[in-house]
Amino acid sequence: MAQKIGMEVSIALGEAAKLANTDVIAAYPITPQTHIVEHIADMVANGEMDAEFITVESEHSAMSACLGSAAVGARTFTATAGQGLELMHEVLYVASALRFPIVMTVANRALSGPLNIWGDHSDVMATRDCGWIQFFVENGQEAFDLTLCAFRIAEDPTVMLPTMLSLDGFHLTHVVEPITLIEKSDVDKFIPPLKHPFALRPDKPVTMGAFAPPFIYTETKKIADEALRSSKKVIVSVWDEFGKRFGRHYNPVETYRTEDAKTLLLTMGSYSETAMVAIDNMRTKGEKVGLIHLRLWRPFPFAELKQTTENADNLFVLDRCISLGGPGGPVCSEIKAAFYDSQKKPSIIGFIGGLGGRDMTPGDFEYMTKRGKEIIQHGTKNEVEMIGVKE
Amino acid sequence: MEQKLQKQPKIFSKVPPEEYFVSGHRGCVGCGEALAVRLVCKALGPNVIIANATGCMEVVSSQLPNTAWGVPWIHTLFENTAAVASGIECGLKVLRKKGRYSNENTIVAAMAGDGGTADIGMQALSGALERGHRFVYICFDNEAYMNTGIQRSSTTPFGASTTTSPAGKKSIGQLTWKKDLPSIAIAHNIPYVATASPSYPFDLINKVKKATTMKGPSYLHVFSVCPTGWRSAPELAIELGRLAVKTGIFPLYEVENGVYKINHEPSKLDPVKDYLKLQGRFRHLSDDTIKEIEKRVNSNFIELKRKMMCDDMRVV
Ligand SMILES: Cc1ncc(C[n+]2csc(CCOP(=O)(O)OP(=O)(O)O)c2C)c(N)n1
Ligand code: SF4
Ligand SMILES: [Mg+2]
Repeated sequence: MAQKIGMEVSIALGEAAKLANTDVIAAYPITPQTHIVEHIADMVANGEMDAEFITVESEHSAMSACLGSAAVGARTFTATAGQGLELMHEVLYVASALRFPIVMTVANRALSGPLNIWGDHSDVMATRDCGWIQFFVENGQEAFDLTLCAFRIAEDPTVMLPTMLSLDGFHLTHVVEPITLIEKSDVDKFIPPLKHPFALRPDKPVTMGAFAPPFIYTETKKIADEALRSSKKVIVSVWDEFGKRFGRHYNPVETYRTEDAKTLLLTMGSYSETAMVAIDNMRTKGEKVGLIHLRLWRPFPFAELKQTTENADNLFVLDRCISLGGPGGPVCSEIKAAFYDSQKKPSIIGFIGGLGGRDMTPGDFEYMTKRGKEIIQHGTKNEVEMIGVKE
Repeated sequence: MEQKLQKQPKIFSKVPPEEYFVSGHRGCVGCGEALAVRLVCKALGPNVIIANATGCMEVVSSQLPNTAWGVPWIHTLFENTAAVASGIECGLKVLRKKGRYSNENTIVAAMAGDGGTADIGMQALSGALERGHRFVYICFDNEAYMNTGIQRSSTTPFGASTTTSPAGKKSIGQLTWKKDLPSIAIAHNIPYVATASPSYPFDLINKVKKATTMKGPSYLHVFSVCPTGWRSAPELAIELGRLAVKTGIFPLYEVENGVYKINHEPSKLDPVKDYLKLQGRFRHLSDDTIKEIEKRVNSNFIELKRKMMCDDMRVV
């Protein structure tokens, strides 16, 4: 087994793209994503990676070039963040509609304005409904492992969907972590060569991206929804297989000290590790708290989530994004919707925090727990609960 | 005048009979753009992959569950066609290098309207030309956004009435002069840029053929008469294309590795009125405005000849 090496997480992601035999990378620089593609450019320039790097003039063109290369059956990777993801927006929907297994890393970044290069989840939440498989990673090792899994999942003949891996900008992209890389020969066994069933080929002409009037558009969406929902089976089985091969296990929903917990916190991305520290602190004070870490965001793991909350009274959800003028945070409103029909459900309270790179400390999670209980007991006039906001 | 054209070195002396953009599409009667696409496809032949922008040609040709395309074809969005073609070209290149694609000569072509090229797609086009991908970009210029209902583009000619540059009591219609796209392409120092028209089919086919032999990007700007948007008689599409050349409104020329050549040089330009009067979009123009247009057309033509003569001297 390969040993742990201290490296910047962005570098590890570039290594994952190389190990996965990526054919084409089309990307545009934006902080905090840039180190990933700079590393890839270096490897291509040094002949360590046999790929074409397209230095496009925008993120719109980055994702568009990805469409082109995926359409001819080349394994395609890109990475972006914040404004770049927004500029790609309309192209994302085409990638999923055409069932192109593109893999993209999003180094989550807040959206302008005001300009802010630091992390939150506003960028990726705005692309929630674009038809991609989407997951959030917690640490550098997971980012590396799940990038490899992303290629395998996306290209599964029963899936053929683009896959987006979110990792927190700076908090993950720019930190040096001990990471266990995987031997090339082992990756080759795990990720078979891409076989596109209907690539653009002159000897077998196909029409891609035809125009759909009302009589057929609804059906195309029905198929897309079914495809995304049923990809969950493959996601789970690929993660299982990864665990068996490499000893690191991943599930759509992870729990931490939830067995007897009456109050559960729910987080996504790297803040889960901070929240665990808070859980430990509160446990030493005798509080029965636990943590749910939502890894899989699309397709949404309804059943797994409900299972983890069966015995809890309270569920406090942290959103690193705000739906302005709406029902608070997007994650919490989805979770409320997910439980709406359940007979037995916890009281669900949403919090907004960690916007634009604002740190969330273990103390903030303890505050969130205390405040949540207060609201359940006494109610509140606040429509939105924001953590650490200077009034 | 026709004889001058005949003197061009011919790669093709007859129109290939094979069809790759077949009949049954939903284009309007007399559509010059559909004819142009058909001829371009004949010239490209079967060993091609086409990326097509949103616009009339995409909509009329690809309504599910039908297709008019006999060659591999992809439409994704309006403004990104040059970027999609970049991805196709690089994808094929790397697959060849890794032994997963053996066809050496597959041509990558990108097609878009004037709106998809001169306006919303300008950035993607400029990026792709600058990066030097080996592909042929063809702009079908019908001088407005026809697919969405005849709105002006930056290639709509001065004085044309469109739905967003309507002629009215205080306006003569479009108030700006046509953006010079071939010159913008030339400024990227690419190997081949040409203008062409389906009214001169051999010239068009030969230019497409030549474009496909280039080692880098080539850009073709194809005149595409739109009877619906120009409010002209459908049976006049070919005639209007000829008049555009004879009046100097749309000169046929090519620029190979920076060297200009006018492919069809009338000894004397016909009056622009001969061309304008056949189209409802210019119906409101006064004689004074027509004179102004003619002055501009003449001076543009002289400028083009000057560029060609400079090149002739260089060759000498
Ligand atoms: C981002 C975006 N903006 C606007 C449109 C609407 N739209 C579709 S086709 C078109 C005009 C196409 O004009 P042109 O490129 O000249 O092609 P033509 O239809 O004239 O052949 C417009 C404005 C769109 N599809 N996408
Ligand atoms: S509107 Fe014009 S360009 Fe479009 S199909 Fe009709 S004639 Fe052709
Ligand atoms: Mg047009």
